[in-house]
Amino acid sequence: MSETGPHNDMAEPEEHLPATRGAHGAEAAVPGDPFADPGHPEHEFRRQDIDEKAATHSERVVAGLFTLSMLGTLAFITSFVIFPVDKYIYVFPLGHVSALNFSLGLSLAVALIGIGAGAVHWARTLMSDEEMPDERHQASADDELRANIEAQWQQGVKESGFGRRKLVRTTMLGALTLVPLSAVVILRDLGPLPEEKLRHTAWAKGKALINPNTNKPLRPEDIPVGSLTFAQPEGLNEQDEDFQTQIAKAALMVVRLKPEDIKDKKELDWSHQGIVAFSKICTHVGCPVSLYEQQTHHVLCPCHQSTFDLSDGARVIFGPAGHRLPQLRISVNGEGNLVAMSDFEVPVGPAFWERG
Amino acid sequence: MTTSTETPSSTRRGPKHPGQRVAEWTDARLGLYKLGKSNLRKIFPDHWSFMLGEICLYSFTILILTGVYLTLFFHPSMSETVYNGPYAPLQGVRMSEAYASTMHISFEVRGGLLIRQIHHWSALIFIAGMIVHMMRVFFTGAFRKPRELNWLFGWTLLFIGMFEGFTGYSLPDDLLSGTGVRFTEGAVLSTPIVGTYLSMFLFGGEFPGHNFVPIFYSAHILLLPGIMAALLVAHLILVFYHKHTQFAGAGKTEKNVVGMPFFPIYTAKAGGFFFLVFGVIAAIAAIATINPIWTMGPYRPDQVSTGAQPDWYMGFSEGLIRVMPGWEISAWGHTLVLGVFIPLIVFPTVLIAIAVWPFLESWVTGDRGEHHLLDRPRNRPVRTGFGVAWLMLYFTLLIGGGNDLWATHFHLSIETITWSVRIGFFVVPVLSYFVTKRICLGLQRRDRDKVLHGRESGIIKRLPHGEFIEVHEPLDQTELHILTAHPQPQPLDIGPEVDENGVERKVSAVTKVRARLSRNFYGEHSQIPKPTVEEYDEITSGHGHH
Amino acid sequence: MKKLSARRRHPLAALVVLLFALAAIGGLYSALAPAPKAQADDSSSQSLEITEGRKLFSVGCASCHGAHGQGSSDGPSLVGVGSAAVDFQVGTGRMPAQQPGPQIQKKKTQYTQKDIDQLAAFIASLGPGPVTPTPDQYDPAGGDVAKGGELFRTNCSQCHNFVGKGGALTDGKYAPTLKGVDPKHIYEAMQTGPQNMPSFPDTTMPSKNKADIIAYLQAVDTAKSKNPGGFTLGSLGPVPEGLFAYIFGLGALIAVAAWIAARTTKAKKS
Repeated sequence: MSETGPHNDMAEPEEHLPATRGAHGAEAAVPGDPFADPGHPEHEFRRQDIDEKAATHSERVVAGLFTLSMLGTLAFITSFVIFPVDKYIYVFPLGHVSALNFSLGLSLAVALIGIGAGAVHWARTLMSDEEMPDERHQASADDELRANIEAQWQQGVKESGFGRRKLVRTTMLGALTLVPLSAVVILRDLGPLPEEKLRHTAWAKGKALINPNTNKPLRPEDIPVGSLTFAQPEGLNEQDEDFQTQIAKAALMVVRLKPEDIKDKKELDWSHQGIVAFSKICTHVGCPVSLYEQQTHHVLCPCHQSTFDLSDGARVIFGPAGHRLPQLRISVNGEGNLVAMSDFEVPVGPAFWERG
Repeated sequence: MTTSTETPSSTRRGPKHPGQRVAEWTDARLGLYKLGKSNLRKIFPDHWSFMLGEICLYSFTILILTGVYLTLFFHPSMSETVYNGPYAPLQGVRMSEAYASTMHISFEVRGGLLIRQIHHWSALIFIAGMIVHMMRVFFTGAFRKPRELNWLFGWTLLFIGMFEGFTGYSLPDDLLSGTGVRFTEGAVLSTPIVGTYLSMFLFGGEFPGHNFVPIFYSAHILLLPGIMAALLVAHLILVFYHKHTQFAGAGKTEKNVVGMPFFPIYTAKAGGFFFLVFGVIAAIAAIATINPIWTMGPYRPDQVSTGAQPDWYMGFSEGLIRVMPGWEISAWGHTLVLGVFIPLIVFPTVLIAIAVWPFLESWVTGDRGEHHLLDRPRNRPVRTGFGVAWLMLYFTLLIGGGNDLWATHFHLSIETITWSVRIGFFVVPVLSYFVTKRICLGLQRRDRDKVLHGRESGIIKRLPHGEFIEVHEPLDQTELHILTAHPQPQPLDIGPEVDENGVERKVSAVTKVRARLSRNFYGEHSQIPKPTVEEYDEITSGHGHH
Repeated sequence: MKKLSARRRHPLAALVVLLFALAAIGGLYSALAPAPKAQADDSSSQSLEITEGRKLFSVGCASCHGAHGQGSSDGPSLVGVGSAAVDFQVGTGRMPAQQPGPQIQKKKTQYTQKDIDQLAAFIASLGPGPVTPTPDQYDPAGGDVAKGGELFRTNCSQCHNFVGKGGALTDGKYAPTLKGVDPKHIYEAMQTGPQNMPSFPDTTMPSKNKADIIAYLQAVDTAKSKNPGGFTLGSLGPVPEGLFAYIFGLGALIAVAAWIAARTTKAKKS
């Protein structure tokens, strides 16, 4: 059973112990209160404190760790020099990994862990581990100091005339309030005003649907029921300066449904022989939706799982999207290619305040 | 110290050590010795959980070191280029300079991939460390006076840290991060009235434009880390100034801190820990890939991959977005995109809920005293319950944020998980609050039993009349002290609402709410009375312990 | 409240609670797991094998697809699905279908390639459809890896993930992983669109494009693929990365912290 204060029953003779330290108020219990704070316990010594052999052993371990770190750094430099950047090695179970990344990382880890473990082991075994108390002090000032500072403050306020000269105070506050406005105004040219930009895409009447796989116009006979094809507007090139911005709105997915499967009358009207073209941009926050299930006609968004029913006007049937995918009205031109009949009639992509 | 240079030297003989001379030179200009007087032997207590904050500090340091290296090679530009580097599956593909330079770092700069991976792993560990550190501070009540402001500094570091992470994740302009930026555009657009304007300003026009990488870069390497570094310094100064909290124990009181001195013990332990953190992260970066942008390809707004997730720290906001029903109100030519805007508002609200807790708690309990001894979570069941409820809400949303991956790995449907998270959003926190509170009370009861009857020894004794009993060993005084050191405050008493003359006293509704909440904190259903000395004496002096 | 907790300390209480919790979780799982939805698929081919194929068909397939492949309530019509569909469905073991579920899963192949070819020939005789590809069509050696990557990200990764690890679809359905799938079967899947996968016919995705995609997959998703950074954590993106950072990263660092803060062994035992 352990009592409150630890007792030293070591076999070692007393003179091997360092000068007795600690024992701040051990056994300082309040008589009659079994729950009282027993006070700071007497310091207990470690093997290293009393046995020079143990201390020497710890010293060797620490030195060994620091030496290991040096070897790690040497290994790092060696790896850097000997491994070409495109050298791959097979490491089980990681697979074919970059020899350089693997060797540099591990040797750096050894170099760093050697230093860290050495320092910690040093602190834990060789530095004094005597716990000692330290007094705390309140952050707040005492009454005298508080009165002093308040007096100084009042003196300053009086000298400035801040309370008395109201005109100075008011105009200063006015000036300070206005001046940040220039910081707001100067940000204006970060971008243009929205205007009608979000309402228009690169689609227009007569623009052919170009298959991005082949860069050729799509023809109705190319698209069987159950297939999935994407399309971009004729004239839009990957090399164009604004390609990314245009494709971000114009991306289109094209599928063919059996006309009798189409439940939405407008969808059928805007299709060509059951070929329907919908915006690929999710109406939730703009991810490309195109996880098309050809048997259910559902299309799922991979970002937030909004699900649209392509057989029913791309109605939202699940998830956080707030409205249907816009449909592009299509037909066939004289050359037999699929073409848009107009731009999208509603803005594509995420909803916004002015969308209406 | 005065301007005299003779005073220190005149007291000593012999030549000065060069280090001493440097120190004195600096001291004469910076007052170094005065700083050292109160700090060099500052006492810090030893406990593993007190080192969680250090993990954050060191991973932040690693982030700065590796981040500076990465800026040497990264081109924050969205100009288009055609890839001609060594990675065959992308040769000839059009991409932005940002993506191409990240490919260059990963495949052509020796050690570049390692530094990139250390940077990204450190970022994940930095924020994970902040969450865990914050929870340690929360559950032990270390946020109480005088440390409320430091709690807010820490919270702000977490909040900014998330955006620091997000902007960094977006810089390589790969298909995964670009999808995240696209989400940002959608979220900004959902802001009522000014959404389209904000989006145009953020992207310099329509999405994606050519602006966001440079803008995010400036925020990622200058603005946000600058603010974070300042907050971090303030956070550390306050830790030194207040001195560290400690758990109750022999000799440990509200008026002292018991531990070992900063110099040399903690210089060695904390300095060593920095190298250990760096070493462990370097080993992880050697072994495990993170954000392999080469497999994702450059961003194109018309391409996407399934499993599109943000980094984990944004996962709970992703969960909010995924489980929110698609509400949209259109009227008078305007659209209110609640399906996106509500999650956008709930996201900071969830975080703010935990930030304001210290102020709420001290208001409810009327506690104005300083606290340097930590609480054991069980002794504050309401706070612990709230903390667990908050964490469970956070984790529920994290699950919602990965609903597609859970679906494929546990053979469930996305719809089921989404609906479970929708219900769980409301139910899980409430349930976890009550369950946690009960567990805390149970543990308090066990502590009480231990104090009064001692610890179960596992030794069975047969009494002369045949009864079997288990021998209980009494606790020593230190253990008794630890189990009974916590104060048990009483709920606020608003007094009778009718005074002795039968006149109704005016008690404001706010006061009533406060009293009610206070009863919830410290009423009889929220704490088990700790044993009194009389109870203890009666049992121990009576029929022995049993 | 006090009474309740005072009585609850029976030693078996914890066990009973655990059993209840397990039963509840099991019940919840079976209630929430996607309900089985029987579905079957399409198939077809060309010559003298037709007779043999018809025999195999009437034994193994006719019960669902009808005696003449015209389909029934249990399986779709196979007229016009082509030999490629048969080769894919039977060759990957999806057909004959076995356990019900949201979708028919890949399993051990039940027929030899010779049987499959005969079945395919029979189905192809029912009506024209996609033809089983020849090895030079799907040979990854001839494909352009980078072009394949672009095509993959445009057409495939939305369901199958960046490197073909697969992903979730609606109602418990999923896009399977493409790792270890025979290039021929990948080609056929694109041609025929099995189950809910849409088809990518030669008219919109020429044979050359399909070979490019196969070449890309061979480059990024086989045991021989290069993963410079080390262990890929399943190539599933930030979710496993986050888990790894917590469990191995923070976990290791907390273990280190525990070591640093732990008491050094004392010279005596008290």
